[in-house]
Amino acid sequence: MKRRNFLRGYLPAGMMVPSFVNGMGFKVFETGHSFLQNMLLPPGDNDRVFVIIQLNGGNDGLNTIIPLDQFPKYVNARKNIYIDETKALKLNGINHTALHPAMKGMQELFNEGKLHIVQSVGYPQPNFSHFRATDIWMSASDSRQVLSTGWVGRYLDETYPGFPTGYPNSTMPDPLAIQIGSVTSLTLQGGAQPMGMSISNPGAFYNFVNNQADPAPNSYAGKELTFIREMTRQTQQFGDVIRNANAKVTAQSTYPTGNPLADQLKIVARLIKGGLKTKIYMVSYGGFDTHANQAVSGDTATGSHARLLGNVSGAIKAFQDDLKYLGVEDRVLGMTFSEFGRRILSNASLGTDHGAAAPLFVFGSKVQPGISGTNPIIPSNATVGDNIPYQYDFRSVYASILSNWLCVNSATLNSVMLKNFQDLPLTKTGTCSVVNPVGNPDQLIVAYPNPFHKNVTIQFKTNGGHTLIQVLDGAGRLVKILLDREFDPGTFRVDFNGEHLPAGIYYIRFQNLVLQQVKSVLKV
Amino acid sequence: MRQFQFYPSLNPYAGPWDYSAVRHLLKRTLYGATRNDITQFLAQGFSASIDQLIDETRPLPAPPVKEYNSSAAANPDTAIALGQTWVNDPNTDGTIASFRRSSFKKWWIGTMIGQEKNIREKMTLFWHNHFSTESNEVGNAQYVYKHHNLLRTNALGNIKALTKSVTLDPAMLVYLNGQNNNKTAPDENYSREIQELFVIGKGPGAGFTEGDVIAAAKVLTGWRNNATTITSFFDPNRHDTSNKQFSSFYNNKIITGRAGATAGDLELNDLLDMLFSTQEAALFLCRKLYIWFVYYEITPEVEAEIIVPLAQLMRANNFEVKPVLKALLSSEHFFDAMNRGCQIKSPVDMLIGMIREFEVAFPPAIQFQNNYGHWNLLVGYLNNLQQNIADPPDVSGWKAYYQDPSYYEYWINTDTLPKRIQYLDNLVLTGYTFGGFKMIVDGPAYIRKFSAPGDPNKLIDDITQHILGLPISVSHKAQLKKDILLAGQSEDYYWTTAWDTFVQTPSNMANTTFVNNAIKNLIRYLVDLPEYQLS
Repeated sequence: MKRRNFLRGYLPAGMMVPSFVNGMGFKVFETGHSFLQNMLLPPGDNDRVFVIIQLNGGNDGLNTIIPLDQFPKYVNARKNIYIDETKALKLNGINHTALHPAMKGMQELFNEGKLHIVQSVGYPQPNFSHFRATDIWMSASDSRQVLSTGWVGRYLDETYPGFPTGYPNSTMPDPLAIQIGSVTSLTLQGGAQPMGMSISNPGAFYNFVNNQADPAPNSYAGKELTFIREMTRQTQQFGDVIRNANAKVTAQSTYPTGNPLADQLKIVARLIKGGLKTKIYMVSYGGFDTHANQAVSGDTATGSHARLLGNVSGAIKAFQDDLKYLGVEDRVLGMTFSEFGRRILSNASLGTDHGAAAPLFVFGSKVQPGISGTNPIIPSNATVGDNIPYQYDFRSVYASILSNWLCVNSATLNSVMLKNFQDLPLTKTGTCSVVNPVGNPDQLIVAYPNPFHKNVTIQFKTNGGHTLIQVLDGAGRLVKILLDREFDPGTFRVDFNGEHLPAGIYYIRFQNLVLQQVKSVLKV
Repeated sequence: MRQFQFYPSLNPYAGPWDYSAVRHLLKRTLYGATRNDITQFLAQGFSASIDQLIDETRPLPAPPVKEYNSSAAANPDTAIALGQTWVNDPNTDGTIASFRRSSFKKWWIGTMIGQEKNIREKMTLFWHNHFSTESNEVGNAQYVYKHHNLLRTNALGNIKALTKSVTLDPAMLVYLNGQNNNKTAPDENYSREIQELFVIGKGPGAGFTEGDVIAAAKVLTGWRNNATTITSFFDPNRHDTSNKQFSSFYNNKIITGRAGATAGDLELNDLLDMLFSTQEAALFLCRKLYIWFVYYEITPEVEAEIIVPLAQLMRANNFEVKPVLKALLSSEHFFDAMNRGCQIKSPVDMLIGMIREFEVAFPPAIQFQNNYGHWNLLVGYLNNLQQNIADPPDVSGWKAYYQDPSYYEYWINTDTLPKRIQYLDNLVLTGYTFGGFKMIVDGPAYIRKFSAPGDPNKLIDDITQHILGLPISVSHKAQLKKDILLAGQSEDYYWTTAWDTFVQTPSNMANTTFVNNAIKNLIRYLVDLPEYQLS
C-alpha cells in the first residue's frame, strides 16, 4: 500500500496538516498518535534518548558501503584502495551492497534488524572545507547560510523554553544534553548559550568553592565574567546529579579496549541506565581525514580507514549489546555523521580527498531495518573533480528523527529545522509516528536523449503531492531546480536546456515525498 | 547585534601610564606579569616598554636536550650524551622519536616559564596556532623541532617569507601531505589550507574556488623530505609542468608551468606573490592578530578603524609583522577600558602565567632531568585543559581563535572549568612533586614582597590588583578579609599581629600555621574566582 493511501485510510481527515514552507523538502502528515501525545503530555515528556556520533574528518563513504552492483567502475575509480569483493561483508537479503570488512559488528547489527543505512546523505552546493562543512552539518544550515545556533540547540531551546532560568525542575532535573569530550559543539549551541554540558569523566566531578559574586561591569570583560560564572553554576548544579547516575550502574557488558569511541559510549550507557532524563548525548571520534595511506597497498582491507571503521563498528555493537543488557535498549536511537564523504577517485597517496555526499548509519532496536536509497552512481571514467551527488538531504534525517523519534510536533519542527524536509522511514512501530518504508521503487524518472547536447527531456512519475526535480553537476553542485511544486498523481515531462553547460556528467535528482531517485545524464 | 558602543582608533595611546595600563600590556604580551616586570615597565615609560617587548634581536634559547633513557629502543641514540641536544641527530627509531617529541614539549614549557620580557614567546604560540601542525602526525622529532624553531626564529619577522619557509618545511610537508603531492595525482591538502587557513582565510572577502585549490596543488607538486639531512628538496620529475590557471578572485592569474631544478621554487614565489597581493590576505592576518591580542568581536567600527588601516600598514611594510604589532599595541584602542580584562586565558596563559606571576621556584638548571620532569607534568595538565601544545586539535588550530560565536569561551565548559580550578588549587595547596622537588606557590614569599603585608586591606588590594583580570568590590574584599585574614574577627590588628609574629618569631608554630593557611586560603580563593580566568 502506498503511504499516502495508508495514512488516508487510518487518519481522520482533520489530522492531515499540509505544509508548504519554502517549497524545499516536505512533510505532509502529522500522525494522530503524535498529535495526541503532544496534546496530552508536556513537551519532551517521553523517555527517548538520541545519541549522536560525530566522525571527524570526512568519512570515505565509498569504502564504507561497497557498491557491488557497480563493482568494475568502483575498482576503476579506486584502483589502489578498492575493497576486494570477496572480503566485503554481505548483508542478509541484500545483493548489491556490502560493508567494509572491518565492520563485523555493524554487519551483525544489520542482520539483527537494528541498523538502517541511509545512502548518499548530503546537501546542495557541498562545501569542501572541514570547518565550514562541519558548521553546516551542526547548524543544519543551507550551504551558503551561516547560522550561529545548532540544530539540537534549537530543538532544546524550543522544547525547554527559557532554559536555563527555572531549570533544573521536576520535569527536567538533569542536563538537557551531555557531550562526552571537552569542547562544546556548535550542534548544542542554543540561541543564547550552549544547551548541553561537557564532561570527559563523570566519576571525576567535584564541587567548587562557593563564589561570592560582584555585579559584572557593562563591558566585554563583564560579558566574559558572566559567562564563566554561568559555567561555574552549571557545573556545580549537575555535578552531583551526574555522579549519582554514574554510581548507580555497577555492571555493564563488555566493551572493546583501546577504542576511544567505545570508552565514550560506555559512559553514555551508564548515564542512561543511571536514570538521567537527558535527551541528547553527543560523542565524537576523529581521524577520518584520510588523504594518504587510508589502506595498505596490496592488502586494502587493512590500514587506517579499516582501523577507524573497526573501532566505530566495534563500539556501536558493544553499546547496543550493553543497552540490551541494561534493559534500556528500546529507549535509545543512535546516528553517525561526518562533515562530508570523499572524492570518487582515489589519489596516488593511497588516500582520498574531500568529497560530497556519503552514507550514514542510524541504529537501535527501534530502527526500521534496511537501506534507504541506492548505491551512488559511479562514472565509468571518474575524473578528479567528480563527486557523489546527494540522494538525501542530511536535514531530512534530522527532521525525521525529531518528529518520529523525539515526537516534536510540526510547528516546532519548522522552528528547529527552519524549513520542511522530507520525512524518512528510519524508525518503526512504537515510536511517536511511523513513516511507512518504501520498497525499491520502480523507475520513476527517464531522461532522453542521453547523452544529450542541447536539450534533455525528463519524464517522471509522481504519486502526487510535493514533487521536486533538481539538476546537479559532476561535483555535486546544484545547477538548476527544474520544478518544485504540488502535483496530482501521474506521469509528466519537463525539458532542461543544458546547452550553456560544459560537457560532462550531470545528475537529475527527483524527490516525491518519501521517494527519491537520482539519474545520471551525459552532456556532450 | 553589538552590545557595546565605543570608538576604536589606532592613534597612539595618550592615557595614563599607570599600573593598570602596564599590567594590561604585559598580560597580553607575556605569560603572566611578575611584580618586578610591572615595576620595571612602569618606571621606563610607554615607548621604551613597547620597544623592549617587540625587540626581535634577543638571542634564541638553547635547543632541547636528551633527558630520556633510550636503552629500550631498537636503535638507541647512544652517541648523544644525556644533557646534549638531539635536534641534529637523524635517528628515526619510533621509540626515540616518541621520547624526543616529548622532550621537545617539555622544553617548550621550560622556555615559556623562562621567557624574557619580550613578546616572542607569545608570538611563537600565535604562529603555532596559525600554521597549525600536530607533532604526533609529523612523527619525526627532528622535523618537529625544526618547524618550531622556524616559527620562533621568524616570530617577529616577515610573514610572506615565513609562509614560504613553512610551505617547504619538512614537518609541514608531512603533516599536510605535501611530500606525497606529485604530478600524477595532486594532493590538495596543503593547497587548500594555505588559502583557507594560512593566507586568505574564510572572511567575507575570500573568494578562492575549488579550481584554485586544484591549481595551487599542481604548483606545489614535487617537494620531498630527506630524513637524513633533516631537510626538504625539490624533485623536478614529480613536478607538474603545466600552466596553472586561477580564478577571477586572483584576477585569472596563470602561473606559468616550469621544468627543471628551480621550477618548484619559482612557481611557489609566483603563488605567494599572487596570494599576498589579494586585499584579503593582510585583512585576514590582521584579524587573526587582533583576536590573539585584543578581543574576538570585530565590530564594523573595529574593521574600519583598526583592521583596515593595520592591513594597509602591513602591505606598505611588505608583510613585516613588527610595525603592525607596534601600531596595534601602542594604540588608544588596545588600551581602551573596554578591551581590558576581556580575554579568557588560554590554558597556557593560565598555568604558565600563574607559575610566573607567583614566581614558583624550580630546581637549578643543572638538574635538567628534574626540570624536564616538572615541565612534563605541565604538558599533561595543559593537554587535559584542551591545549596540548604541539598537538592542536587539527590544522585550523584551537577553536578559541576562530570559532564563531564563542571564541575564547570555547576554553571554558563544564568539563574544563573544574579541571582549571583543580590545577590552580593544587599549585597553591599541595604542589606537584617530581624527583623529590615540589613545584608549589610559596604564599609567604609572594606576599612578603608587597609594600605592607601586615595591613590586611592593603594586602588584599595589592594581590587582587596584581592577579585578577577585573577588580572585585570593596564589600567582597571586606568579606574576604574577615573570613580569611581575620579568622572571623573584626579588628585589622588581628592580622597585623599575626603577620608580625610570623616574621619575627617563626618558631611560634601555632601562629605560623595560621598565617601559612590564611595565605594559602586567600590565594586559593582568589585564583578560583572567575575574575582570575580573565586577562
